[in-house]
Amino acid sequence: MIVPHTVQQILFIVFGIITLGGAVMVVTRRNLFHAALFMIVSFFGVAGLYVLLEAPFLAGVQLFIYVGGIAILIIFAIMLTRDMMNPNVVARNSQWVPALVVSLLLCAVLVWIAGGYHFEGTPDPVPAHSLEILGQTLVAPDGLALPFEVASVLLLVAIIGAVTIARER
Amino acid sequence: MVPLEWCLILAAVLFCVGAYGVLSRRNAIAVLMAIELMLNAVNINLVAFWRYLEPGGATGQGFALFVYAVAAAEMAVGLALVIAIWRTHKTTVLEDIDLLKG
Repeated sequence: MIVPHTVQQILFIVFGIITLGGAVMVVTRRNLFHAALFMIVSFFGVAGLYVLLEAPFLAGVQLFIYVGGIAILIIFAIMLTRDMMNPNVVARNSQWVPALVVSLLLCAVLVWIAGGYHFEGTPDPVPAHSLEILGQTLVAPDGLALPFEVASVLLLVAIIGAVTIARER
Repeated sequence: MVPLEWCLILAAVLFCVGAYGVLSRRNAIAVLMAIELMLNAVNINLVAFWRYLEPGGATGQGFALFVYAVAAAEMAVGLALVIAIWRTHKTTVLEDIDLLKG
């Protein structure tokens, strides 16, 4: 059913395998540090998918925020709470079999729904000033200006909250 | 072009892998990593629908950016909580954190 015809499709399959393979390793590796490294691999795969979908700005943001920010934050947290380095730690809890069944069922339903969705013809080309449109929409009062400001307040509150919670007392 | 349903199927599988991680891991940091995978799956869907249905607009990419902001905020607070609990309980195993259990 899935046979690649163009270079783009082959690249999509390669990036998809990188993303999903990394993700599976993240949820199965016993060593948390290895899981975090595989998470970076998975994020790189997603960035490649964004490039294929002609959203290079989001690919860059993906690398900056996830690989440069969140992954490093997670590795710091792992280093600060290093009880997972001992080898006899159990990675899965007692309910992992029902969790696997539920996830596979959800996966089957979602893939069935997504596979039934067909897009007719070829999509419109992305305009050359696509990034300009995005930037103007983000600050336009009739666009996304209010959510944009709310997001900045949310980030500020989250930073202050994180510092307050993690501070040594 | 890549068919749209390939993107949707990939995002669906990635979301379910993340969901399995959230449900089955014992370590709080591993659960946070699995949540990030699920958020990434949502973002792939948003960008794919933007590319195919509205490439001249900015709503899909804009929403993906808000997902990034929320993910970063959630990660900062989540890891701060993990570190605070580590300081008082010396554990990051979720089953051992039963402070609110009567």
